[in-house]
Amino acid sequence: MASKTDDQRIIEFDVRTDEMLVNMGPQHPSTHGVLRLVLRTDGEIVSQVEPHIGYLHRCAEKIGENLTPRQWIPYTDRMDYLAGMNMNLGWALVVEKLLEHQISDKARHLRVVIAELNRIASHLVGMGAYGLDLGTFSPFLYAFREREKILDLFEDVCGARLTYSYLTPGGATADLPPGWLQQCELFLDQFEPIIQEYHALLTTNAIFIKRTAGIGIISAEQAISYGCTGPVLRGSGVEHDLRFNGEEIYTEMYDGYVFEVVCEKDGHYPADEDYPDVPSEAVLGDCWHRFYVRMLEVVQSVKLVRQALQRYSTASGDYGVPIKFNLKLPKGEAYLETEAPRGQMGFYLVSDGSAIPWRARARSSCFCNLSITAEICKNCLIADIPAIVGSLDVVMGEIDR
Amino acid sequence: MSEQSITDQLQARFGDAIRDGDPDAIDQWIEVDADCLAEVCEMLRDEENIRLDMLNCITAVDYLHTDPKKAEKADWDPHIELVYHLSSIRYKHTLVLKVKLDRWNNGREGELPVVPSVAGVWRTADWHEREVFDLSGVEFSGHPDLRRILCPEDWEGYPLRKDYELPREYHGIRGR
Repeated sequence: MASKTDDQRIIEFDVRTDEMLVNMGPQHPSTHGVLRLVLRTDGEIVSQVEPHIGYLHRCAEKIGENLTPRQWIPYTDRMDYLAGMNMNLGWALVVEKLLEHQISDKARHLRVVIAELNRIASHLVGMGAYGLDLGTFSPFLYAFREREKILDLFEDVCGARLTYSYLTPGGATADLPPGWLQQCELFLDQFEPIIQEYHALLTTNAIFIKRTAGIGIISAEQAISYGCTGPVLRGSGVEHDLRFNGEEIYTEMYDGYVFEVVCEKDGHYPADEDYPDVPSEAVLGDCWHRFYVRMLEVVQSVKLVRQALQRYSTASGDYGVPIKFNLKLPKGEAYLETEAPRGQMGFYLVSDGSAIPWRARARSSCFCNLSITAEICKNCLIADIPAIVGSLDVVMGEIDR
Repeated sequence: MSEQSITDQLQARFGDAIRDGDPDAIDQWIEVDADCLAEVCEMLRDEENIRLDMLNCITAVDYLHTDPKKAEKADWDPHIELVYHLSSIRYKHTLVLKVKLDRWNNGREGELPVVPSVAGVWRTADWHEREVFDLSGVEFSGHPDLRRILCPEDWEGYPLRKDYELPREYHGIRGR
């Protein structure tokens, strides 16, 4: 039947379609782990998305009520397994907050080196896997090539490549090995120019822009109401980073460091002098912006690691003495959020005065970030679902705990 | 804005329903009566000089000693505490709210305690309340879709309660 208009999309209305429930996941490569989405579709249009989670629930909080804080450290890095160091750090800091324990400057700079390196590694996976979601394979390989080098560095530090349990209440379990600083410096020198390659591969790629720009738009109000944090919040133009705006026990780690919060201002990213400009199709808060914020955060992290290496080598004190395994905690409670790569990771510790916490709680950043999917996936195309969910960069281990 | 001035502002409107917490605590908290929780939260979010626009976390803490000897020594009666961690993106301040509940509604075991839902104030409360309902057994009145989120739908019991016992068997899988 000939259509009266030239608009090709009009034909959609000539074809009778039925509403259909489509199950996506939990075993689907582009759902980043065991996430199950039930889509209510009409043709290619998705009218409703319902996420089902809990497939990776491992009772971490219940286990936390049966172990001392140092024994629970390995459970924290199994939550967000792509940023184990940052998870260790979050729990270590909340225990230190309760104990009112001060660590040396040297230990603080060591933590910045490690946490920011892990942020780079985590964002590299986020970037590579996002390309994979959208059907391009090579960025994934490039991203993992660099990530391997960071994992090598971590392996030299603590022997593990994924679940580190390295940063711990009181400091770290070991000092950086001899010669490690030079190796790390070498990695940064070699890594920094490569970032331009990623932009050529993805950020400015015409197909990539078509798939991500103007899709899955989250307004600033929505992001805040849904408790979205990290790159998802900053991708919506809200300037909020706990490394600046957090509690003192956390921000003092970054005292004197020069870096910027990556966030769009007046259509530009202040930190992007050498990096591509925002394409005209992109709308603030869409998938492209979330991706770009992550890419620019990598640059900031490189800067931070360089400064931290410098400070670490000249700082006085030791790398921190871990607290005893069975140290009695003071009666009371403490809550602290830190800026993990995926957003604000909070830990809450309630103690009744014994060595084992009365309650250990993990506030997951991805849990909140994922909860917005149902809202932003309304009336999008089926093919956009992986693009939207991928741009949130969720790790199911952290959501289900 | 300081914690104390927020408390004063709340007390001016809600009176005795707002009480100060432990002054020596590391994170200061305010205790709120369950009945007026939703109105208090709405005020905290909308009041021009408070603007706690983000709900960071809802936690339920179960206070119960399963060992009778320890229960005798405890300086509290068994209860459940809901802890709301709030923060303001605009002013960068934080606030902690606590709501105390009986472990069972009217003391009838199996009947869940009820709190007004704040999902209408902060959308993120939707999932957080589902998680608290799922793991700690607290019902939220007025919640748009209150069902289990992490455990399977047919799971029995509330795992984060102190007297929780693992089921002997779940669909043919041995529990304990």
